[in-house]
Amino acid sequence: MSDRLSVFKTYKLYVGGKFPRSESGRVYEVTDSKDNWLANAPLSSRKDARDAVVAARKAFGGWSGATAYNRGQVLYRVAEMLEGRREQFAREVADAEGLSKSKAAAVVDATIDRWVWYAGWTDKIAQVTGGANPVAGPYFNLSSPEPTGVVAVVAPQESSFLGLVSVVAPVIATGNTAVVIASEKAPLPALSLGEVLATSDVPGGVVNVLSGRTAELAAPLAAHQDVNAIDLAGADEALAKELEIAAADNLKRVLRPQPVDYFETPGIERMTAFLETKTVWHPTGSLGAGGSSY
Amino acid sequence: MPTTASSAHVLSDVAASDSTLRRFLHGLPGVDAVGLEARAASLGTRSIKTTAKAYAIDLAISMVDLTTLEGADTPGKVRALGAKAVHPDPTDRTTPTTAAVCVYPDMVAVAKEAVAGSGVKVASVATAFPAGRAALDVKLADVREAVAAGADEIDMVIDRGAFLAGRYLKVYDEIVAVKEACGTSARLKVIFETGELSTYDNIRRASWLGMLAGADFIKTSTGKVAVNATPANTLLMLEAVRDFRAQTGVQVGVKPAGGIRTTKDAIKFLVLVNETAGADWLDNHWFRFGASSLLNDLLMQRQKLATGRYSGPDYVTVD
Amino acid sequence: MASAFEYAPAPESRSVVDIAPSYGLFIDGEFTEAADGKVFKTVSPSTEEVLSEVAQAGTEDVDRAVKAARKAFEKWSALPGAERAKYLFRIARIIQERSRELAVLETLDNGKPIKETRDADLPLVAAHFFYYAGWADKLDHAGFGANPRPLGVAGQVIPWNFPLLMLAWKIAPALATGNTVVLKPAETTPLSALFFADICRQAGLPKGVVNIVTGDGRTGAALVAHPDVNKVAFTGSTAVGKEIARTVAGTAKKLTLELGGKGANIVFDDAPLDQAVEGIVNGIFFNQGQVCCAGSRLLVQESVQDELLDALKRRLSTLRLGDPLDKNTDIGAINSAEQLARITALAERGEAEGAERWSPACELPSSGYWFAPTLFTNVTQAHTIAREEIFGPVLSVLTFRTPDEAVAKANNTQYGLSAGIWSEKGSRILAVANKLRAGVVWSNTFNKFDPTSPFGGYKESGFGREGGRHGLEAYLDV
Repeated sequence: MSDRLSVFKTYKLYVGGKFPRSESGRVYEVTDSKDNWLANAPLSSRKDARDAVVAARKAFGGWSGATAYNRGQVLYRVAEMLEGRREQFAREVADAEGLSKSKAAAVVDATIDRWVWYAGWTDKIAQVTGGANPVAGPYFNLSSPEPTGVVAVVAPQESSFLGLVSVVAPVIATGNTAVVIASEKAPLPALSLGEVLATSDVPGGVVNVLSGRTAELAAPLAAHQDVNAIDLAGADEALAKELEIAAADNLKRVLRPQPVDYFETPGIERMTAFLETKTVWHPTGSLGAGGSSY
Repeated sequence: MPTTASSAHVLSDVAASDSTLRRFLHGLPGVDAVGLEARAASLGTRSIKTTAKAYAIDLAISMVDLTTLEGADTPGKVRALGAKAVHPDPTDRTTPTTAAVCVYPDMVAVAKEAVAGSGVKVASVATAFPAGRAALDVKLADVREAVAAGADEIDMVIDRGAFLAGRYLKVYDEIVAVKEACGTSARLKVIFETGELSTYDNIRRASWLGMLAGADFIKTSTGKVAVNATPANTLLMLEAVRDFRAQTGVQVGVKPAGGIRTTKDAIKFLVLVNETAGADWLDNHWFRFGASSLLNDLLMQRQKLATGRYSGPDYVTVD
Repeated sequence: MASAFEYAPAPESRSVVDIAPSYGLFIDGEFTEAADGKVFKTVSPSTEEVLSEVAQAGTEDVDRAVKAARKAFEKWSALPGAERAKYLFRIARIIQERSRELAVLETLDNGKPIKETRDADLPLVAAHFFYYAGWADKLDHAGFGANPRPLGVAGQVIPWNFPLLMLAWKIAPALATGNTVVLKPAETTPLSALFFADICRQAGLPKGVVNIVTGDGRTGAALVAHPDVNKVAFTGSTAVGKEIARTVAGTAKKLTLELGGKGANIVFDDAPLDQAVEGIVNGIFFNQGQVCCAGSRLLVQESVQDELLDALKRRLSTLRLGDPLDKNTDIGAINSAEQLARITALAERGEAEGAERWSPACELPSSGYWFAPTLFTNVTQAHTIAREEIFGPVLSVLTFRTPDEAVAKANNTQYGLSAGIWSEKGSRILAVANKLRAGVVWSNTFNKFDPTSPFGGYKESGFGREGGRHGLEAYLDV
């Protein structure tokens, strides 16, 4: 059998459910851990970031308004789709992170399981974080969590796939939409994930994936007045501070970078960081104007 | 003073049929019970002191419908009541008279004689008080007897059974008939027995129903059931008369009855009147207290204000 | 014989409170002067009478207070929760015992009616301590994992609109969770916090657990920026909140902010109108409208606009403005000359931009800071008075035609703290409540508060919740 010339994949952004090239028309070289060229990734510009925010905002109403059960089904579908592409992602992760085949496979398995974990959370988080409040008066009083809105996610730089999913899944599980900046040096698993999301019933715009220079993309997102929150997981100390300062302009919710072992089962903190609590009051009163025996 | 004719003009179609009446009454804004009660309670925190208190006590005395509605009522009891109404405090002749005495129809003549020349009115309950369970003919005979005996005011009860069954036109027609039986000489107070209507929405509907049918006064209760006048139901009825006048030009009075026993309570009701219907209702032509024991507490408080020391039950008359 | 029912003056006795001519800072359990000896005066806004002189804490004083809190933290956080609880229960009880005194004090220093301090502020203050006292030994069950830990020293900066209540909202959860605090009361209302210091002493609270540093914005800035503060909690303006967010950026300080609002109070044509009128009045005239969650934008369905406005104007005519100590006063004084100037300027802007201004006949006292209850009609979303927080007794009335339009207008603001819905139709209330981007939605009621009920905003109204189980999170390492 003669050697067959393989077909390269052109990696593209994932924005609003579509796969555009960067508006800048530019790309940058992505290499493996041994500096071998892997692919050219789109070098996203500020305008790509802006377009992604528009797409995320547009998707927010429908996604946050979907039933929690439906969101759970969709997230589980992502796991199903990934399961069928385990080998592809194992290869990409191995290349991206310099892992052995078996370690990369373990990473992919953990990532798939992470989707399953969050799929199960969509219709439980409200019961865990919300509830009735026994106010001292004739009022029904209920607190419920609601998604914050559009969340900018600076994905982890090192853990290009498990880390990525570990920060994106909790954001969308609760009904937020996300603009994700993929790991700068290892963006390919993130860009491939876009292809999976596109075929997993995730509505367009719910997750938007940008590749490029983290600092260049994060700055306009942190300052963007129509972004409600930012996860700084993949920002270094200096950048995180700079972004947090910019985020103060419209009081974005900020999740600061912290050391995380992404193999550990997460807590609910990454979900609650991007949830608002809404408390609704309504008078109850009694059955009759003069009181009642019931 | 505009007449009921204009009310008929403004809301002429409302009572055309059972369904138009129902549509109108059910189209009135709903009442949120908690909000209504909170507003009544909030007005109840007004602090009425010194000159304001003296004013309020005299006003309250002048608004009392001094009432005896017992099976054991006798001419002697009613004469004593009349004397008390005319001279509430024999030691202080500056004390205002009460607005009226309120008795059963068979005692009207006795009462009339007891208060003759004083300006105190005689009110009579009628229409098979307190249950209101009798044929219309019987009820009207009851009214005519009282009017013939000289009653200045008729306190009728509505047919709560009909109201609760949604037969609003029957209730309406009955009030119209009673009003007609009152003629031009007697003012008509319509008692809803709010404790039996149970909900504030019903009380609002009953208030409008009564006013549309020609009530001169709307009155909470007979005093014979567990829940009688409360600040909240009275507030609601004050809102109704306020809104009715705004819409039709016709002013209707309000009479809370039953359960108002202390000066403090009475003043709270006057605050409700003042801040809801307004000063136009601060007059015994437009606001009454249906009460019996209230008067003595008002008198004791009046003595306290005059002398600076607390009075006691032996310093007011018991009849 | 109809005549006016004039309410005679019914002033609450001032003698129940004894205000000293001067107060120091409360640091490490002792009252002490500022290091540089600086002081400032606090006045009664209703009369401009000087009530007392208090110390102006500088950077050095703030540092001393933080050190005292740090020192106290070790023991306080190690104390069994049940013991911390008992201190808080003691405080709650002493507040109840001294509530009349504190109510009068608060009315004098803030200018709000005694009716409110007596019936709203003080009962809520005591209830808040009582509520969080009970949490102190039950944190394992609060849903934040086993044995959640306190953060350390909390730096807390509070506003002047509910001085003692905001103190309670800050201090009660902080102490229950094992933190120690340095609290800075507002410049114009420092006294109740200093009286609270005395309550801490009566309760036998260990020294340094609560420290009170009085001063102006500079004192607050020093506290927020102090490197040994682990937690910053601020209630106040959105502008200052943003500045604080920038200050703590890049640090490990946990931050909660409770900021401004421009709450929409939405009245549908099927509303319980009489109660809606009360809710509108309570929504914007409670505490002279100096409330972050005030219902300052009335959105009324066009089909009931006339009826509602007539009723509202009639109701406003019964509001009693005057001596805050009079038990019958509904509207007290504006807290400061500065705030009065801001309200005045914004109201003038409303007129200049073409909105129609209306106030009931209302005589304002000759001294002190006063502003008549004011209503603007013909307001659109484009008017400044529909966008900017006025923080005064000024209501902007806008109209809408459909529920969809009501929600769109209600959400069309940088803020997201509160909203109101008035309708007798349950499904409409739930649908609208669901779409409003606001942390507190009052349906068929307004401006209700309870220690069990989380309070806080969406968007630029801040983040974090105060009150309820949610309120613990701000003070725990979770």
